[in-house]
Amino acid sequence: MTAYLLKRLVIAALTLVLASMVVFAVMEVLPGDPARLMLGLNATADQVEVLRNQMGLNAPLALRYLHWAGGLLSLDFGRSYTYSVPVIDLVRERIAVSLPLALIALALSTIIAIPVGVFSASRQGRAGDTLAMGASQLGVAVPNFWFALMLIYLFAVWLRLVPAGGFPGWNAGIWAALKSLILPAIALALPQAAILARVARSALIEVLNEDYIRTARAKGLPYRAVLWRHALRNAMIPVLTILGLQFAFLLAGTIIIENVFYLPGLGRLIFQAITQRDLIVVESIVMLLVAAVILINLLVDFSYAIVDPRLRGRQ
Amino acid sequence: MKLWKTTLAAAVLSLAAATSAFAARTDLTLGIVLEPPHLDPTAGAAAAIGEITYANVFEGLTRIDDNGQVQPGLAESWTVSDDGKVYTFKLHAGVKFHNGSAFSADDVKFSLDRARAKDSLNPQKQLFAHITDVTAVDPATVKVTLDGPQGDFLYNMGLVAAVIVGKGSADGNKDKPIGTGPFKLDHWAKGAEITLVKNPDYWGTQAALDKATFRIVPDAAAAVPALLSGDIQAFANMPAQDALAQLQSDPRFSVVIGATEGETILSINNKKPPFDKLAVRQALASAIDRSAIIAAASNGLGKPIGSHFSPGDAGYVDLTGVYPHDIAKAKEYLKEAGLENGFSATIKLPPVPYARDGGQVIQSQLKDIGVNLQIIPVEWAEWLSQVFTNKDYDLTIVSHVEPNDIDIYSRPGYYFQYDNPKFNDVIKALGTTVDKDKRLELLGEAQKILAHDVPAVYLFELPKIGVWDAKLQGMWTNWPIEADDLTKVKWTD
Repeated sequence: MTAYLLKRLVIAALTLVLASMVVFAVMEVLPGDPARLMLGLNATADQVEVLRNQMGLNAPLALRYLHWAGGLLSLDFGRSYTYSVPVIDLVRERIAVSLPLALIALALSTIIAIPVGVFSASRQGRAGDTLAMGASQLGVAVPNFWFALMLIYLFAVWLRLVPAGGFPGWNAGIWAALKSLILPAIALALPQAAILARVARSALIEVLNEDYIRTARAKGLPYRAVLWRHALRNAMIPVLTILGLQFAFLLAGTIIIENVFYLPGLGRLIFQAITQRDLIVVESIVMLLVAAVILINLLVDFSYAIVDPRLRGRQ
Repeated sequence: MKLWKTTLAAAVLSLAAATSAFAARTDLTLGIVLEPPHLDPTAGAAAAIGEITYANVFEGLTRIDDNGQVQPGLAESWTVSDDGKVYTFKLHAGVKFHNGSAFSADDVKFSLDRARAKDSLNPQKQLFAHITDVTAVDPATVKVTLDGPQGDFLYNMGLVAAVIVGKGSADGNKDKPIGTGPFKLDHWAKGAEITLVKNPDYWGTQAALDKATFRIVPDAAAAVPALLSGDIQAFANMPAQDALAQLQSDPRFSVVIGATEGETILSINNKKPPFDKLAVRQALASAIDRSAIIAAASNGLGKPIGSHFSPGDAGYVDLTGVYPHDIAKAKEYLKEAGLENGFSATIKLPPVPYARDGGQVIQSQLKDIGVNLQIIPVEWAEWLSQVFTNKDYDLTIVSHVEPNDIDIYSRPGYYFQYDNPKFNDVIKALGTTVDKDKRLELLGEAQKILAHDVPAVYLFELPKIGVWDAKLQGMWTNWPIEADDLTKVKWTD
């Protein structure tokens, strides 16, 4: 187990180094000059040069990479060109929105998907299954910004239960903050739940055809107990894999939903930083996300071991 | 019994009316599309900086009003020497910055010297290039000396980038703007909103609003439900798109279409063949149909222009008829240029609806005369580096939103690559002419040269689509400069 863990950690570290090079190189070849973007059409070439020097953009490429990567090692993520505040402050503000949102959406999607998946699998081919899978097909197919707008018109414009968008900040009170995250969380959760339900269903159907399920039934265990205790637990591995991927996506890939609800989330920060050529912000956040994804994958690996005791003994 | 009921109802109603009259709303939430990178108008070109801070947080010596006229600002009056070179400004007394420090002539000297310094990063640095000296005569008097008469000087001193900043607080203005205006920054939740509150120590007339929040709504689809739900009560310029008709028919909202200084043009790379030939540019001008472009690119709201000048400004000459839409004539021009079989070119379109939508219409219109355009969508950053800086383009569509910017065609190295000595002379004369009538005459001459010589094809003036709660008063109709001046905004009932 220790050797396995060590091996995983070394691979993770190498991945991070490699990712940092790729991220830096990609941002480097992207056309566009952050200094010109900030100074606008009327600034002179001399002024742009002055600002480029101030930003340190005129230093040699390798030097800039080392400076940035060295900073990352000491957890110094640099300063944003456009906002001129430390990147880490920006990230902290955005994480306060994106992380709770991702967690709520993930919880919602799990709460919806697992029962639906179990229900469908246990009624495979019958009307209930067809209906549930039809609904999930719809959930996958409906564009989530459209679904989000429908939610806004129903719950914010018509019923006036929640705000149409924006985020008041956690200082405004937990309830006020949660209220503004409910609709986006639902809009994010539904398509995820649809995918998850389908995965849970097919994994469960496979397990239900195993010999030991028949054995369990044969020894007299009620169907319910077999389904929830024996079958579901064994079907969890693909479900957990998908959950890990979904969490990584929900953390930063939710730009569309963040735009529709004008939430100050991580996805929008990255998008804005790319359009502003705020290179340092993009590079540092992408690295943070790479680290987060690696961490999530490690956690998923460990959770396999929890649901499947056989994996604990290996290596 | 019935009478009693009626009386009671009337009493309740009048009471309600009376209380609401006393308790008119004093808070306002406005929607803006782009978040400013920071809040220092003297250090960044982003329009959102000026939108939020101009006249609200920061003030200049003079100020530009809703109609583009120069009004006194921090300077209550001024005199100009006979040779037009020396401006003596008399400053308002009792003015304080938001941090409590007193405003004086020293701050004016500091601000102007900072803007024209060698290492200045002021986005409009060239406006200050003609200042040779700034002297604080006494705490309430400033003398500014120029290298020659400047026709636009008082106007320029009212622009966003010319606001007066405090000597001791200027460096922190990006994050904590300290101005002299009727509002001060309360807080900025990055990515979400910027809140201003009333400055109780303001030297002039107090604002009616106690609090104004600028909320960032980047998505056009989100803007409409935000208004309908009442979360946002005003968009100074709304990305309304197809929802405009719905809002116009809704009595809860005022929809006010105003003018901007944004000349939306089909820019041409004048040095790149075949566009270096006048006949080719004339062919382009004759082949395009402005009304179709305006319908597609600005909901039919833009005003057609025939030169680089806003129809709302003094001195405007209607030159839209110089090259009327005429396919046969356009083909003749092409023949004259030796290109009767047409040619192929590219058009780079920045990520704004007017350019992307207008570009497609222009592509199809030019096809009629055998000019095949390949559309290349670009981001702003790419546009700035490829088109604006490196001049690597054939055609592009962009709105030039800076006010009074007809002189850009005479700037050496500007991306049009246009060089016309006759035009340059007119602009040079304009720069040093102070007499009003003479100025208008020169402006007319400049417009005519551009209209006939077609360094760019002039399409339309970008409209300002103001949408706000019908009970709100005092919002600017036009955008002579991009500013959401809230000093006169108030709720009625």
